[in-house]
Amino acid sequence: MTKVTMTVNGKTVSADTEGRTLLSSFLRDGLGMTGTHIGCDTSQCGACLVHVDGKAVKSCSVFAQEVAGAQVRTIEGMANADGSLSVIQQAFQDHHGLQCGFCTPGMVMSAAALLAENPKPTEHEVRHYLEGNLCRCTGYHNIVKAVLAASGQDVSGLGVAAE
Amino acid sequence: MYDFELVKPASLAEAVKAMGDDGAQALAGGQTLVPTMKQRLASPERLVSLTGIAELQGVSAAEGRVTIGAATCHADVAAKAAAHYPGLAALAGQIGDPAVRNRGTIGGSLANNDPSACYPAAALGSGATIVTNTRDIAADDYFQGMFATALEEGEIITAVRFPVPQAAGYVKFAQPASRFALVGVFVARFADGVRVAVTGASNNGVFRWAEAEAALSGDFSADAVTGLTVPADDMIADLHGSAEYRAHLVGVMTARAVRAAG
Ligand SMILES: Cc1cc2nc3c(=O)[nH]c(=O)nc-3n(C[C@H](O)[C@H](O)[C@H](O)COP(=O)(O)OP(=O)(O)OC[C@H]3O[C@@H](n4cnc5c(N)ncnc54)[C@H](O)[C@@H]3O)c2cc1C
Ligand code: FES
Ligand code: FES
Repeated sequence: MTKVTMTVNGKTVSADTEGRTLLSSFLRDGLGMTGTHIGCDTSQCGACLVHVDGKAVKSCSVFAQEVAGAQVRTIEGMANADGSLSVIQQAFQDHHGLQCGFCTPGMVMSAAALLAENPKPTEHEVRHYLEGNLCRCTGYHNIVKAVLAASGQDVSGLGVAAE
Repeated sequence: MYDFELVKPASLAEAVKAMGDDGAQALAGGQTLVPTMKQRLASPERLVSLTGIAELQGVSAAEGRVTIGAATCHADVAAKAAAHYPGLAALAGQIGDPAVRNRGTIGGSLANNDPSACYPAAALGSGATIVTNTRDIAADDYFQGMFATALEEGEIITAVRFPVPQAAGYVKFAQPASRFALVGVFVARFADGVRVAVTGASNNGVFRWAEAEAALSGDFSADAVTGLTVPADDMIADLHGSAEYRAHLVGVMTARAVRAAG
């Protein structure tokens, strides 16, 4: 066992890990932060997506010991300080960007990474950026709409699926 | 996943030492290796993490060449090689999705030599040199068939050196679920001729297409390859596409890659 320390959503945390402890299980099993979901467990679906030092990564494919000392941000760190939903989260709710909600933590984290890089993406750029996040429910259209709305763009023209 | 020891060497010398024992294997971005271990298709006793080694990171350019550290992730190549070798940067920016590009590395991709991977086409199509801890390997000698390379047990890729062509383009027909290349073609025009490398298509992994190289060396235009065909005999056939379909795509993607090169 090796003790790993990192910063998760601004708080310094430590837990014992084996070499094979994945970042996803460090968060879920070690810290009880189950907002990060495990869908495929093979780096395909993006449900486990978190930010490591500001970059989007699939936490099911990174070992906790590899990111010792890093700044990690998860869905639990997305809401505003007063507990209200962040702009991106609120946009997902307003535009029905989720149905079962399983993919949503990864979608929100991916969207946040996109908007940090590109504050006013086009519809095409949103779809392209979210390629690594799979959703089995929504057909993606309302997710794309939510991300565009969160970026402050008018989505009233996006009534029906454009693609 | 079976248990193993994870080591994080700070230097290449330490990594080479850690790789010396039986059962040791390099870990780069883990985008291929970690899922493989979960499926128990690989069970190393020790993983030697390369991503924290500064000597294996970065993009540098000098004397008509671009050198990329083996542990440089695809997103960094896409950003940092753009000014020096735009065709290569564009290829890196098309690999997988943003999260895969933030972790996956050029060294991991070339060591794995997946028959549908993108970087093998860039390395072979550019006539790159694969630099390891012990030697330099020409791309023409490096790729030895599906998932097979010239690397010896314990050998570590440290960098990849690309001669920069006058023009280059890569176009892939992405398999929509995985975004790997159903067929991808990299075309590079040098002063002394054109190189064409095809990935995703052949049962023998990435290959050079000699007829297209000859035609394009005379006339670097999409028209020059119209009508050229590759035999379907050795092409991959699976649920995503038949051998004949892939053979057809080789011609189409080559013409598009030439247009992309401009
Ligand atoms: C969803 C998804 C989509 C993808 N799409 C594409 C795509 O479109 N195109 C594409 O080309 N690839 C794609 N990939 C593969 C991706 O590019 C991987 O990053 C790459 O194949 C492996 O690189 P890695 O750094 O993750 O290596 P790892 O998984 O860490 O290692 C792979 C192998 O290489 C060995 N190795 C790693 N580094 C070295 C080194 N320096 N020296 C010697 N051996 C080494 C390891 O021991 C292991 O055997 C995709 C992957 C995923 C998960
Ligand atoms: S659970 Fe990590 S990508 Fe699907
Ligand atoms: S809302 Fe159900 S998987 Fe996306």
